[in-house]
Amino acid sequence: MAAINRDDVAHLARLAHIEMSAEELDRMAGELAVIVESVKSVSEAAGDDVPATSHPIPLTNVFREDVVGHTFTAEQALSGAPDAYEGRFKVPAILDED
Amino acid sequence: MTDATLSFDEAMEKYDPVLGFEVHVELNTKTKMFSSAPNVFGDEPNTNVNEVDLGMPGVLPVVNKTAIESSIKIGLALNCKIAETCRFARKNYFYPDTPKNFQTSQYDEPIAYDGYLDIELADGTVFRVEIERAHMEEDAGKLTHMGGAAGRIQGADYSLVDYNRSGVPLVEIVTKPIEGAGSRAPELAKAYVAAVREIVKNLGVSDAKMERGNVRCDANVSLRPHGRERFGIRSETKNVNSLRAVEHAVRYEIQRHAAVLESGAPVIQETRHWHEDTRSTTSGRPKSDADDYRYFPEPDLVPVVASREWVEELRATLPEPPAARRKRLQADWGYSDLEFRDVVNAGVLDEIEETIAAGATATVARKWWMGEIVGRAKNADVDPGQLGVAPATIVELNAMVPAEIVEKRGLAVVSDDGPLLEAIDQVLAAQPGVADKIRAGKLQAIGAIVGGVMKATRGQADAGRVKELILERLGVEG
Amino acid sequence: MTETHSELFRLSAAALAEKLAAREVTAVEVTQAHLDRIAAVDGQVHAFLHVNSEEALAVAAEVDAIRAAGGAAAEELHVLAGVPIAVKDLIVTIGQPTTAGSKILEGWHSPYDATVVERLRAAKMPILGKTNLDEFAMGSSTEHSAFGPTRNPWDLDRIPGGSGGGSAAAVAAFEAPLALGTDTGGSIRQPGAVTGTVGVKPTYGGVSRYGAIAMASSLDQIGPVSRTVLDSALLHQVIGGHDPRDSTSLPDPLEDLVAAARTGNVEGMKIGIIKELHGEGYQAGVENRFNEALELLKGAGAEIVEVSCPNFKYALGAYYLIMPSEASSNLAKFDGVRFGLRALPKEAPLTIERVMAATRAAGFGDEVKRRIILGTYALSAGYYDAYYGSAQKVRTLIQRDFDAAFAQADVLISPTAPTTAFKLGEKLNDPLAMYLNDVATIPANMAGVPGLSLPGGLADEDGLPVGVQLLAPARQDARLYRVGAVLESLLEAQWGGPLLEKAPSLTDADADSSTAATALSHGGSH
Repeated sequence: MAAINRDDVAHLARLAHIEMSAEELDRMAGELAVIVESVKSVSEAAGDDVPATSHPIPLTNVFREDVVGHTFTAEQALSGAPDAYEGRFKVPAILDED
Repeated sequence: MTDATLSFDEAMEKYDPVLGFEVHVELNTKTKMFSSAPNVFGDEPNTNVNEVDLGMPGVLPVVNKTAIESSIKIGLALNCKIAETCRFARKNYFYPDTPKNFQTSQYDEPIAYDGYLDIELADGTVFRVEIERAHMEEDAGKLTHMGGAAGRIQGADYSLVDYNRSGVPLVEIVTKPIEGAGSRAPELAKAYVAAVREIVKNLGVSDAKMERGNVRCDANVSLRPHGRERFGIRSETKNVNSLRAVEHAVRYEIQRHAAVLESGAPVIQETRHWHEDTRSTTSGRPKSDADDYRYFPEPDLVPVVASREWVEELRATLPEPPAARRKRLQADWGYSDLEFRDVVNAGVLDEIEETIAAGATATVARKWWMGEIVGRAKNADVDPGQLGVAPATIVELNAMVPAEIVEKRGLAVVSDDGPLLEAIDQVLAAQPGVADKIRAGKLQAIGAIVGGVMKATRGQADAGRVKELILERLGVEG
Repeated sequence: MTETHSELFRLSAAALAEKLAAREVTAVEVTQAHLDRIAAVDGQVHAFLHVNSEEALAVAAEVDAIRAAGGAAAEELHVLAGVPIAVKDLIVTIGQPTTAGSKILEGWHSPYDATVVERLRAAKMPILGKTNLDEFAMGSSTEHSAFGPTRNPWDLDRIPGGSGGGSAAAVAAFEAPLALGTDTGGSIRQPGAVTGTVGVKPTYGGVSRYGAIAMASSLDQIGPVSRTVLDSALLHQVIGGHDPRDSTSLPDPLEDLVAAARTGNVEGMKIGIIKELHGEGYQAGVENRFNEALELLKGAGAEIVEVSCPNFKYALGAYYLIMPSEASSNLAKFDGVRFGLRALPKEAPLTIERVMAATRAAGFGDEVKRRIILGTYALSAGYYDAYYGSAQKVRTLIQRDFDAAFAQADVLISPTAPTTAFKLGEKLNDPLAMYLNDVATIPANMAGVPGLSLPGGLADEDGLPVGVQLLAPARQDARLYRVGAVLESLLEAQWGGPLLEKAPSLTDADADSSTAATALSHGGSH
């Protein structure tokens, strides 16, 4: 596995939407390199024949009946919002179109 | 800035289009996919939400059983295999309409896969579209862009978010690459989406109203030179939200791709946005490293195991498939093959059925829809159902205007394509020079022919329709 | 202050419940005694981020009124009605702020209650307040709280463990008889060990996670924190059992855990020492107390066997891939759009993407950022199979190790943590050293099995508490209480009372009788 460097961290920080200063990137790269090094044995621990476990206790088919439950009023929904306008959450302009 | 395009015929001379569709179908369950908040369209913003739909800290999803059953029904109707075990996965990306900043979707284990749909084209040919998969996911909220150019994202000062739609169950139907449609690609595109819409409506699992976004289409288009095996670079056109738009968007993208390829430039793999007003697409954003969605199995949900008994139980509840239904309706209504195909192609089968149910005879229902409403819809550039004509209104109108009066005033005659075409042919024959001009691309010359037809029909014809028919007659693209 | 009142906060939940039922004390007196204790000592301990006096007293008064009126309503009161409790501030509560120990949620009030909180309210247990934690439960020392560290009541210069240091310290400092914790890799058990208290991580799915702000969904579990094994069983009985709002909640009916704690017995039981979870890397005092516990259990009729779990050596590494991966996704929702902090970028342009990035930069602390970046890395294209995928396979191997071990033993035993409480700041700049605190607790989370930590005595070298961990097969939480109660009573018989009686007092009134406490009163700064 490749070592993690500053550019990797900058890319990951963009993916994770966390602004980072140059110093932070350097520090994080150093710390993560140590952590990544220490976990790399994991990739060699299990062979191809070992299945993955995503849930510790296997359950299947946990469903809810299609019955309407509680809702918030717009006021409740927006009660913790940093900014709101006419019953909706307000956000600054969006750069990327999708 | 508009992109260069090649004429459709020229594009077809050199290239084969390859299509692909992702059709999102909103299910009409009573509640959301993962929360018990109501799934209702059109209410006051942020009132059909609870803590789950808002992605509040600490919330957990629970799967709506009806949504699973609807998804299985869609899979069965698309001739898919239903997975014995499937899972949900998180698709991670930041966007303000996505309250958790990940979408709960399905990734490598969709609920339905490997299906097909036989699509009947206008001339009766049947084209098989292979379905890669149908998977479940949740819808996002709705953004309204404010300030700047109204409603457009570019230049907007801020956006407002309504999460009422957040968490509405979706089934995304993905086709395999569709090859060999040739010049019928735009027609096939429209017919495919129409067929999907018809199926989900028929199943009763979706309201299937495209104008409300119940059925949304992303169309992938690529071109390759005749004889080449390898696919070209594709574009993905989003927001293609009417049947006519699907046809137009595919046609436009074929023409645009052809122009790019002719210029020697590479086609860019990107998202395109369809604009109904200009009937063109504009560049969205190119594929980038932000598209690393970091899918992983949703740890808050457990796998869905569809036992064969359950699947067969659901299969037993499926309604008559649309193709079988059409055969039955044609027999019931006594329409000729041509009449019936016109009705189907005009997309007013349901409307006529409803009108007949409201009390009209089969003949009267067809007369009104095909004679009056379809033409008007075409002029207004909308689907006929979008004009808002209620079946009961037609029954009433028909009662108010006795048939003999309609006859006398020539209304019935001139709003039917048959007599119009007769008149057009006569006028064209009388003015061969004008016909040549129009064929050569001088479209403004059409006025003379339209005028002649209007005279011949005592001013009772629909001028827009006449114009269209003239172009069709001459094989000219409008 | 009556003599009864002054001692009320030292009583266990079970003892308080008895006095309340016998109407020897009122719930208001009990609640007020704890609020007074908080007022007296929390300035030093800083276990609480929010104290909920008014509501707690109102609930207590309601219990007293019901009891005074008698009749069916009084009969139907829950056994813990009127017994106050503290709630880790990772669990959402209506009417109080919920911060997760993070600036990004400062001032946020949840519009809904966690399922466990609903159950506390249904039992009419007064909620004293919200306890401190490492930000988003990420840490082993509570030093990563955005609102300052909690201090260990045994030595205010030392950490109370983490992430649930606030809940453990609150209980150890007699500020609450009970508390709720959450345990993703040891956040209930390790603080229990270093503060001389009891903490239980139930079987995964045994307690609803609805309303616990998620760190790693497949590892997180809410559980009880208390001073006695019986008290944890009483609380576990309140919060446990199926919840339809949590898809991973077990459908099984809850066992009678209280009965298990009351009828503890190890006669003929096989107790397995996990070869890989003691010895090298474990502090001598920890190892000594652990060995003595084994002798006591043997004396009580248990058979001690040794089991090997060879894949546990990969557990820490796999944990530090799965946990950050899930956390990176779970914490994406904190973006300044719907709730909590919104920070603006220092420079133009003002776009939502930049506001999100600025908000998360300003709102998250270093450890949270570290884990988000690590998790983003482990899930990203090209690395998923090697990291997240491999870690999930290791999870399977750990489960197989547990299966094999439980084929040979009814319960497993190990030290809870390799060391006693370390000094504040000692490991703050060495993430890896910090992570090693959880080496013995993580395997249980990876496999979903239940674990209990109880005090095993004080280490010879530093006089600080040592924890003993018991592990049982999934869904066999009752075994933990059965064995734990026995070991607790044997140890207390040896010590001549609860271990916490040896803890230094924190108030001036008590300090007269304790030289240790005099030293402690100056120990706050360093």
